Amino acid sequence: MNLTLKIWRQTDANDKGKMVDYKVTEISEHMSFLEMMDVLNEQLINKGVEPIAFDHDCREGICGMCSMYINGEAHGPDRGVTTCQLHMRMFKDGDTITIEPFRAKAFPVIKDLVVDRSAFDRIQHAGGYISVNTSGNTQDANATLISKHAADEAMDAATCIGCGACVASCKNASAMLFVGAKVSQYALLPQGQVEAVDRVKNMVAQMDLEGFGNCTNTGACEVECPKGISLENIARMNREFLSANVKG
Amino acid sequence: MSGFFKSSIGRKYAMALSAFFLMFFLLQHFAINILSVISPDAFNEASHFMGTFWAVQYVLQPVLIFGVIYHFVMGFILEAKNRSARVKTYAKNNGAANSSWMSRNMIYSGLAILAFLVLHFIDFWIPEINTKFIDGDMTGLLPNGEGFRYYEELAHKFENPLRVGAYVIAFIFLSLHLMHGFSSAFQSAGASSMRKEKLQLFAKVYSIAIPLGFIFIALFHHFNH
Repeated sequence: MNLTLKIWRQTDANDKGKMVDYKVTEISEHMSFLEMMDVLNEQLINKGVEPIAFDHDCREGICGMCSMYINGEAHGPDRGVTTCQLHMRMFKDGDTITIEPFRAKAFPVIKDLVVDRSAFDRIQHAGGYISVNTSGNTQDANATLISKHAADEAMDAATCIGCGACVASCKNASAMLFVGAKVSQYALLPQGQVEAVDRVKNMVAQMDLEGFGNCTNTGACEVECPKGISLENIARMNREFLSANVKG
Repeated sequence: MSGFFKSSIGRKYAMALSAFFLMFFLLQHFAINILSVISPDAFNEASHFMGTFWAVQYVLQPVLIFGVIYHFVMGFILEAKNRSARVKTYAKNNGAANSSWMSRNMIYSGLAILAFLVLHFIDFWIPEINTKFIDGDMTGLLPNGEGFRYYEELAHKFENPLRVGAYVIAFIFLSLHLMHGFSSAFQSAGASSMRKEKLQLFAKVYSIAIPLGFIFIALFHHFNH
C-alpha cells in the first residue's frame, strides 16, 4: 500500500505546530498502524527528516500509551482497539490519512503526536485507590465474599487503561468516562466502601480542576473506548457523587 | 452540599432537574392546548383556571420562569466551559461516527427554541400579563362580554401563515432537542434504567409525539379559521 499521511508536527509545547503531508510506501495491510508509523519514520530518517514522535509502549492494547486521532476518531476507525491494534487493512491503497494528537486543554501537546496525560494520574492520586494494611497481616482477598454480578461490573470498569480516547472523542473534552470507571471499580466492591465518600468528591474536584469539559451524554466516549467502558459508569459516578454530598 | 452545584456533576444534576420540570410543563401545556381542537369551551375553562388560579400564577409561573431562564443560562455557561476545554480543534473530526447530530448540536436547537420563546412570549404571555395585571381585567371575557376570550385569541394568532411556519420550524427543533435531552436528563440524574429499551422507547415517543401534537394544533387552527 502507498499512502498519503497528513500529520500534526509540533517541535515542542511552545511551538504553534502545523499539519504536514508525507508519502509512505510499501506498507503491508497486515501491519499495525504503529508499525506503519515505524516504516514512515525509517523513511524520514533516511531522508534526513526529523522522525515523528508518538507514544507507544506495550503494543498489545493494554498500556494505554498510544494516543492518535486518526481520520477524525480516537484510535482510528476500528472499534474496541487501541492504535497499536489497528491494522492497515482498515485502509485502502492510495488513501489519505489524517493523524493528530488527542486534543484537550488538559492534555497539552509535548511534541508532534505525544500529549501529556498526567492530568489522569493526578485524578487517580486524588482518590483512585483503597487503603490496605500491608504490614504482614493482610486479609486474604477471597475472604470477603462478592457477588458475581458486582465482581463482573467492577472488572469491566477496571479494564479502563486510561488512554484518554474518551476525552479526545468527547466534543467537550470531558473526562467523565475515565473518572466514572475509576470511581465505579471501587464503588462496586466492599473494599471500596470505606473511602467512598472522599474518593468520588476528591476525584471529581480534581477532574474539574484539570480543566476537562462537562459531559453532555453524547455517548462518543463509549463508542470510541478501546475497552468498551460503558456510560453506565458515568451514571454510577453521578449517583455516588450525589450520595457523597448528601452524606457530607 | 455547599460546593455541589459548583461542580461539573452538580451542574449536570441541576440541568437535568430543570429539564424534567420543563418536560413536565410541556406535557401539561400540550394537554390544555389540545383541548382547543377537541372542545373550545373546555379550552376556555382550562385557560381561565390556569390564568387566574393563585397557585398557578404566583407559585408555578415564577418557578417556570426561573426554570426556563436557569436552563438557558446554565446551558450557555456549560457550552462556554466545554468549548474552552479544547482550545485547539481537530483538523479532521468524524463526530457522526460515534454520536448523534442531536447530541452534538444541543446548543443550536436550544437557541432556536429560545428564539421561539421570545416570539411566543410576545404573542401570548405579554398580552396576557398586560390584560390581567396592567389593565386589571381578570374576567377572561371578550370585550363584548360574550364568552371567554382565550379560544378567540388563539384562533386569531394562527391566521398568519408566517407565524404558523415559525411555530412548525420551532417545534421541529424542539423535537430534535428532546430526542437527546430526554434520555440525557435521566443519564445525568444517574438513572441506569434509562438504558432499558422501554424507557428509551418512551423518550422517543415523547420527543416526537408532543412537538408533532403542537404542530398539529397550529395547523388545525390555521386551516380551520
